Amino acid sequence: MATRYFGERIKRNEDPKLLTGQALFVDDVNLPGMLHIAFVRSPYAHARIKSVDATEARALEGVEALYTAEDLGDYWRTGVLNVGTPPIEGAVFHERLHPIIAKDKVRHVGEIVACVVAENRYIAEDAANLIMVDYEPLPVHIDPKKAMEDRATLIHDDLDSNLAAHVVQHKGDYAKARQQADVVIEREFVYDRGTAAAMENRGIVAEWDAKAGKLTMWDTTQAPVIIRNGIAGMLGLSEHQVRLIAPFIGGGFGPKILMFYPEEMLLPWIAMGLNRPVKWIEDRNENFYATTQERGQTHVSEIALKQDGTILGVKDTFWHDNGAYDPYGLTIPINTQCTLLGMYRVPNYSTEFTAVFTNKPITSPYRGAGRQHGVFVMERLLDVAAKELGMDKAEIRRKNFIPPDDFPHKHQIIYQDFSELTYDSGNYGPILDKALELIDYQNFYRTRKPQAEKEGKRLGLGLVCYVEGTGIGPYEGARIQVQANGRVSVATGIGTQGQGHYTSYAQIVAEQLGVPVDQIDLVTGDTDQFHWGVGTFASRGAVVAGNAIHAAAKRVRQKILDKAIEEFEGEVSQDQLELVDGHVQILGNPDTAIPLGELAQRANPMRGAVKPGTEPGLEATDYFGPEMGATASGVHAMIVEVDPETMMIDIKKYAVVHDCGEVINPLILDGQIHGGVAQGLGNAFYEELVFDEMGQITNASFMDFLLPTALDVPRMDTAHTVTPSPLNPLGTKGAGEAGAIPVGPLFAQAIEDALGLEGFEIREIPLSPRRLWELVEEHKAK
Amino acid sequence: MTATHAISFTINGQPHEAAVEPRLLLVDYLRQHMDLTGTHVGCEHGVCGACTILMDGKPVRSCIMLAVQADGHELTTVEGLAEGPDNMHPLQEAFWEAHGLQCGFCTPGFLMTLKPYLEEHPDANEDDIRHAISGNLCRCTGYQHIVDAALLGAKKMHAK
Repeated sequence: MATRYFGERIKRNEDPKLLTGQALFVDDVNLPGMLHIAFVRSPYAHARIKSVDATEARALEGVEALYTAEDLGDYWRTGVLNVGTPPIEGAVFHERLHPIIAKDKVRHVGEIVACVVAENRYIAEDAANLIMVDYEPLPVHIDPKKAMEDRATLIHDDLDSNLAAHVVQHKGDYAKARQQADVVIEREFVYDRGTAAAMENRGIVAEWDAKAGKLTMWDTTQAPVIIRNGIAGMLGLSEHQVRLIAPFIGGGFGPKILMFYPEEMLLPWIAMGLNRPVKWIEDRNENFYATTQERGQTHVSEIALKQDGTILGVKDTFWHDNGAYDPYGLTIPINTQCTLLGMYRVPNYSTEFTAVFTNKPITSPYRGAGRQHGVFVMERLLDVAAKELGMDKAEIRRKNFIPPDDFPHKHQIIYQDFSELTYDSGNYGPILDKALELIDYQNFYRTRKPQAEKEGKRLGLGLVCYVEGTGIGPYEGARIQVQANGRVSVATGIGTQGQGHYTSYAQIVAEQLGVPVDQIDLVTGDTDQFHWGVGTFASRGAVVAGNAIHAAAKRVRQKILDKAIEEFEGEVSQDQLELVDGHVQILGNPDTAIPLGELAQRANPMRGAVKPGTEPGLEATDYFGPEMGATASGVHAMIVEVDPETMMIDIKKYAVVHDCGEVINPLILDGQIHGGVAQGLGNAFYEELVFDEMGQITNASFMDFLLPTALDVPRMDTAHTVTPSPLNPLGTKGAGEAGAIPVGPLFAQAIEDALGLEGFEIREIPLSPRRLWELVEEHKAK
Repeated sequence: MTATHAISFTINGQPHEAAVEPRLLLVDYLRQHMDLTGTHVGCEHGVCGACTILMDGKPVRSCIMLAVQADGHELTTVEGLAEGPDNMHPLQEAFWEAHGLQCGFCTPGFLMTLKPYLEEHPDANEDDIRHAISGNLCRCTGYQHIVDAALLGAKKMHAK
C-alpha cells in the first residue's frame, strides 16, 4: 500500500527556515550600494497642494534624490483598475484611480506628496521632515451618506457628485413576496471599517542591472506575476526583463494585492533612473493610511417570512464607504450582495448599493472581502425573525437551508467573477447538527444557562451560518520536474503569505509521484521560475493552483510510467507499475526499483535520440481554470459570559464546523480557521478604526488599535464535513476566509442572549466594552 | 555625520565591536549591519514583540533600544537558538511539530519570549503560557497552535 500524502497532517516544509531566522522577507534584502526611501505623506484628508518646497531637503548631506509629482515628468501616472464592472444591467461605476504622487490635491491622509532617496532611512526621514508643503484644507467627508447629499464639496472635481458606483440586482419579485408575507422585519445595520494589520508591513526593493538589462524587484505582493507584467509595461520593458520576487511574506490577508500601489510604480522607476538599488519598508503608521482598508457599510434591510419561518424574500439597500479612489472596482460590495443569501433558499431578493467616495484610505478586499457584511445582515434578520415568530434560532435556519438535492443552486444574480452566482455543492444540515453537538446546544439552554443565571452570571450562546464563494478563476499554472538528485521541483506563480503552500502543494505532488513531501521543493512568487499566474486572493490557492499542480503532477506521473515501461523493455504495462518512496517499480517488487532521479537522467540522454513526440526529462507544465467559484460553508457557535457591569466578555467555548470539500492538510486547515476566527474576533470586538471628522485615524498605532492577544482568542474546537466540489478534480474548496466571515453576527447574537434584555438588539460592528455599555444605556433610557 | 560611539557586546556567543551613531536602533544595527535578519520589525514601538531578542538572558524589544545600550551586554537572537540548521532547539522543534507558525514573521519574537520563560517555568500550563505570550502579537494563527507548541516545547526542553 503506497503511503498517502493527500489529506494527512504533515508538518510544513517551510518551517525550519522560518524558525531559525533564515527565511528571506523583503526587508531582509540588503544590496551593495542600496539607497533608502522615505515618503512625505499628506497630513490632510482633503486639501489643495499650493506648493512643495524641498530646497532644504535636497541640500541635506546623504540625500541622493528627491521627487515631487512634478519631478516625475512623463512618468506621472495613476494606478490601474484591478477589476472592471461586472455585466449587470444599469450598473454605474465611476473609475477614479490613485495617483503615484499627489498632484494639485490630496484626497485622504497618507497620500504621497514627495519621495526622498538617501543613504539610509534615518537621513531620508530627516530630509522628509525638511520638506515644506503648503496645503489649503478643504471640507472633509467621512460619512458616505453625507458625502452623497453634499454636491458642493466634491472629492473628484470632475464628477457631479461623490457617487462612485450604483448597482441594483433582483431575483424574483420582492414587492410581491412582501405582500404575501405574514411577517416583515425591517432593520438598519452598520458594519464599519477594519484593517488587516499583517505583522509585516509592505515593502519593496528594486534593482536595475543596466548591463543585463534586467530589473529585479522584491515586493510584498500577493500577485507577483501581474505586478511584474504591469511594471514591465510602465517602464517600457519586455516582461522577461523584469523579475518579480515575492519571497516569504509576513501575512497578506488581501490588502497586499493592489495593482498598483504607488510605491510599486515608483521604486523600479527610481532604481532605473539612479542605477542604484532602492528600498522602502512601510512603517506601522504608514500601514494604517497607505495600505488599503476594508468594510464601512450601512444597510437598510428587510426580510419577509411566512408564519412558519419560511423566507419569502429579502430586500437590502446599502451605502458603501469606498474611500478616496476605487481601483478595486466593485468586488467588495458585489461580494456583500452575493454572500448575504447564505445557506438559505431566498426566492425573492432585491439588492441595491451606492458606493461613495469619502476622504478615507482606499478600500480593497480584506479577508472576507465584503462577505462579512452580507452575513451580518442576513443572520441578524433571522435572529430578529426567530424572536418575533417564537422559533428556535437553529430551527429557523435549518428550515430555510437549500436542500442537498438542490445543487448546483443558481441565485440569478451576478457574482464577483462575473458569472451567475451559483453554489456548486453543499450539504448544510450535517454542518448545523455537528455544531449543535459541539456547543452542546440543548444542554446549554436546558441546564447550563439557567444554572449560570442562578449564580448571577450572564451566559449567552451564538449560532450563525455562512457560505463563502471561493476559488474563482481565471487560472493558475505550475511546472513540475523530477531533478537528477531525485528531488522534485514545483514552480507556480501564485505567491504565498503563510498559508503553507510549500507543504500542501507538495502533498498534491507527493500523492501522484510517490515522493516524500520533504523531497519536494516548491518555488512560488519568483517570476523567473514561473511567469504565468494571477495571485493569492479569494481563497483560491488550494482550488486553482492546487488543481493546476495536480494536473501537472499527473502528467509527470504519466511520463515516469512511460519511461519506466521503456526501461523495462515493454515487458510491463502501466498498471503493473507503482511509484513508491521516490522510485518506480514493478508492483510489490522492490528489486526492480529505479530511483526517479536516475530515470530523469535517462530521460535526458547525452547521446542517442529522444523519440519523436516526447520531451526530454521528467517535466510537465499544466494549468487549471475553474468555470466558476466553489462555495464553501460553515457554522460557528460560541458560548460567552458577559459582565453586565464592565461589559467585558469571556468566551467559554468556540466551535467551528466547516465544509471546504476535500482537505489537503487538516493541520494547515485548522490553522487557517483559527487565524480567521482570531481576525474575525478582532473585527467584532477589539479593532475599531476611529476616524475623527477631519479624516484622521486617532488610533493609528498598535498602542491604540487593539489586536487580540493570546488572552483574548479562545481555544477553538474545529470539525469538518466534506462535500467535494464538482468543479475541480481534487474536489477542493477554499478555506482562507472562512474563519473570519461570520464572527460579527455571532458576537452580536451571543451577547444579546447573555444580557437577556427585552428588545435589546445589536445592529453594528465593531463592538467593544465601551460601545456595548453605551448601547445598553441607550436601550434602558428608551 | 553625527559622531559615533564605540561599543562592544557579545552576540550569539561571539564578541563583537562596533562604532555606531547614538540614534541608531539596536534592531537596525542587528539587521542591517550584522545581517541578523531573523529579528523582525512589526510596529517600531515595542508593542508587537516581533523584534524580541535576549539581553543577558532576558527578553527585550530591540526596536525600542538603541545600539549603544547593548554596550557590555550579551545578546542572543533567533539565529543563536539553534545549534545548526539540522539541529534545532527543542522549542523550535515543538513549533514545527505543532504548526505553531504560519507566515513566520512574528515567530522569532515568540521563540525568544518563550525560551527563557519555559526554562524557568517547566510546568507552565496553558493559562500561564497565554499570559507569558500576551505581549507578542500574531495575526495568522489565532495563538492556539502557538500555545500547543509552547506546551510541547516545555516538555521537550526539560526532557533533555
